[in-house]
Amino acid sequence: MNSIASVATSPKLHPKPDAIAGFVRVGQLGADGVPTLWIDAADIPSVMTTLKTDYALLHDLFVIDERLRQHREGQPASDFTVVYHLMSFRLNADVRLKVALVGDNPSVPSICSIWPSANWYEREAWDMFGVVFAGHPNLRRILLPPTWQGHALRKEHPARATEMEPYSIDQDRLDYEQEALRFIPEEWGMQRRNDDTEFMFLNLGPNHPSVHGVFRIALQLDGEVVVDAVPDIGYHHRGAEKMAERQSWHSFIPYTDRIDYLGGVMNNLAYVQAVEQMAGITVPPRAQMIRVMLAELFRISSHLVFYGTFAQDVGQMSPVFYMFADRERLFGIIEAITGGRMHPAWFRIGGVAQDLPRGWDTLVRDFIDSMPKRLHDWDRMAMRNSILKRRTQGIGRCTLDEAIDWGITGPSLRACGLDWDLRKKRPYSGYEQFEFDVPTATGGDCYDRAVVRVEEIWQSLKIIRQCVDNMPEGPYKSDHSLAVPPVKDRTMQDIDTLINHFLSVSWGPVMPAGEGCFPIEATKGQNAYHVISDGGTMSYRTRIRTPSFPHLQTIPLLSRGLMVPDLIAIIASIDFVMADVDR
Amino acid sequence: MDELKVVAFIVALVGGAVGAAAVMTWFERRMLGIWQDRLGPNRIGPFGIVLVAADMLKLLGKHDWIPPFADRPVFVLAPTAIVIAMMLGFAVVPFAPDLVVIDMNVGLLFFLAMTSLAVYSVLLGGLASNNKYALLGGLRSAAQMVSYEVFMGLSLMGVVMLAGSFSLPTIVEAQSQLWFAITQPLGLFVFIIAGLAESHRLPFDLPEAEHELTAGFHTEYGGMKFAMFMLGEYLGLMLISCMITTLFLGGWLGPVLPPIVWFFLKTFVVILFFILLRAAIPRPRYDQLMSLGWKVMLPITLINLMLTGAIALWQSGGMP
Repeated sequence: MNSIASVATSPKLHPKPDAIAGFVRVGQLGADGVPTLWIDAADIPSVMTTLKTDYALLHDLFVIDERLRQHREGQPASDFTVVYHLMSFRLNADVRLKVALVGDNPSVPSICSIWPSANWYEREAWDMFGVVFAGHPNLRRILLPPTWQGHALRKEHPARATEMEPYSIDQDRLDYEQEALRFIPEEWGMQRRNDDTEFMFLNLGPNHPSVHGVFRIALQLDGEVVVDAVPDIGYHHRGAEKMAERQSWHSFIPYTDRIDYLGGVMNNLAYVQAVEQMAGITVPPRAQMIRVMLAELFRISSHLVFYGTFAQDVGQMSPVFYMFADRERLFGIIEAITGGRMHPAWFRIGGVAQDLPRGWDTLVRDFIDSMPKRLHDWDRMAMRNSILKRRTQGIGRCTLDEAIDWGITGPSLRACGLDWDLRKKRPYSGYEQFEFDVPTATGGDCYDRAVVRVEEIWQSLKIIRQCVDNMPEGPYKSDHSLAVPPVKDRTMQDIDTLINHFLSVSWGPVMPAGEGCFPIEATKGQNAYHVISDGGTMSYRTRIRTPSFPHLQTIPLLSRGLMVPDLIAIIASIDFVMADVDR
Repeated sequence: MDELKVVAFIVALVGGAVGAAAVMTWFERRMLGIWQDRLGPNRIGPFGIVLVAADMLKLLGKHDWIPPFADRPVFVLAPTAIVIAMMLGFAVVPFAPDLVVIDMNVGLLFFLAMTSLAVYSVLLGGLASNNKYALLGGLRSAAQMVSYEVFMGLSLMGVVMLAGSFSLPTIVEAQSQLWFAITQPLGLFVFIIAGLAESHRLPFDLPEAEHELTAGFHTEYGGMKFAMFMLGEYLGLMLISCMITTLFLGGWLGPVLPPIVWFFLKTFVVILFFILLRAAIPRPRYDQLMSLGWKVMLPITLINLMLTGAIALWQSGGMP
């Protein structure tokens, strides 16, 4: 096994699955300690079927355009590499499979029949790279409009408007685009009528009070009963992955805040840890604990939004105002510490932007002291309300097996009964020092998804209190040369320091070639940035695995046969953010 | 009262009711603001009360748009039906002794008839819009009203039995010893629920259900036509509150203060209660609402009716 990166501060080494040893062409080790096994395209279905018994979760599926990549030591020749990231709950281990594809019309067998969640992932890969997944039931564009030309994440596709012709649209083009928007039920896999009913098609969204952003669901209704629901996403797509290829390692941080825009610095955490792991940067303890504290503050903030809108979507008017008032106080603290509110972009590679301000502990302590009483009140008002219970209990139920098959992670997975929390299972940023519980529920319905999240607010408060009590002294950023500029006082005396200072400030650091990903327990589930450096000042490819993307795919599964108000409760309970889906 | 006085009273009543409904829009938002830990409208005039005028100006200035796909005449007429029906309902409300537009001997039935007519407004508005959300809203309102109509009427029959009359002033007089709220608690409970459903306000706002049907039956309405629906809704709320006061809370009866003040005071408290309900309770699902109506409310009403009948019979010595 040859390493493709300078292995970082000893990440946990994941065991190599022996069951598929016969299929492996080349075996490698990522910077994250995950075995990376190259497989032939034709072997994919049998390899996946074998692996699924142990590695139950299809964590991610994406493509790398390898055509301009220079540092590919030890890797088989490839133009487009399809990457499958699998996760095992039983072994607490990951494995990454890669398939090398050559030529302009790459093709690989679809794994939709093995993992239903692969459906959207494969569509996205087709949309962005033009990789054909043979046997896919519905290989259409998913994020970009159906009339889009080219595949946006291919290296030859322009990344900036200035690289393209000025935008114009003539009448023919306009008609063509208009026609492409026409709703034809058959294209969405829906029948207009069956033997005795003519169905009604309802267009829920992209602008609707309850879809939480710009998100559209085409509904096939029989009266108010949902016969089928087909989600249509992509309205919030901004090409974050493409932007990552045009931003320096540091200047991409503010873009991450806007992925899960309720999670704030939680996104920073996933990104900077992936880069730090790849570059072998160690973060000092104080910075780690500051990060944990901020991340947990944002977890509370995100869950409060969930809590309020959940009650609102089942028709309870008031809770959302109380919870937003709490969130406002939280933002006051975050603003005092970071200077920002929803998108502080405050974490840095190797630490955080500044040290904590004077008096931060009083602010935080006042907040965590005030919350228990309020949470008890909210509990009495919302969670114990019998109408709310009747609206959400037993609604949108999914079993644990279904949840795993569909790639559900985070609170929604724990609501099905599995106590899988990366903060416990694979502690990062010093989470192993904290004492907290992983709340679970058993029903897997809308109500349980809310119960788990509400309980997580309590646990986050517990973690934050431990941060306030035990905040270590010391530096708030690493002294690694890739993380911070050289010490300033010598710049005026020796030219080497000056040059380094100039380069790392004007270009940004040059990360060593390598790749790795760092899954974290974000507010809505597992978030991971798979970063690839080709030894440059910018990322070669940044893949953003977000929890909301697979979660949204389960809407048809959860809502079929229920009524429109149930669908709204389900949407509310999934707790998604459209920017987290579309990126 | 001579005729001139009656006309003057009617004009005052219409003006007063419309004015009160307009103030209600402000008052409700203000109260919700206070209860929900926020300010509510507080900018224009003292406590923001001039907002009412600003709102009206805004609605008057809106483009009077009729969607091309709508059924034109019905679309235009639907919002007026609810306002007319609710205004007519006020004709039988006794604000004080002798202060009633018309003291019909079937006043209670007239009130029930008028509130039933208001359903057509929602139903036809939803259908004429030719919009799927509006259609679902109209559908829901039809189902909701039909089932809640049944026991709304039945819940009041206990009161009628005890008072021995359908005339509202007579019913008020009959409460001089004891309010019917005490003797008819089940009737009051059911009537409040039915009244809420009738005026489709939050726990029962299924025809509108913002989070499900965007705006339900009035999705396509804007400007003054939308304002008519809103006016109708607030008139309905006030009418139901007036009826609760009249039928269960002793109407104008009360010590020291003049009767009309007592009447408005009681009505005000009931309205406040309705606003509080809106702030507090989530919306049940449409089928849950139906089963609540038929499986819980209707039996309660019938039991109440039988008990009241038995007691009335026993008291009048009719029992063997």
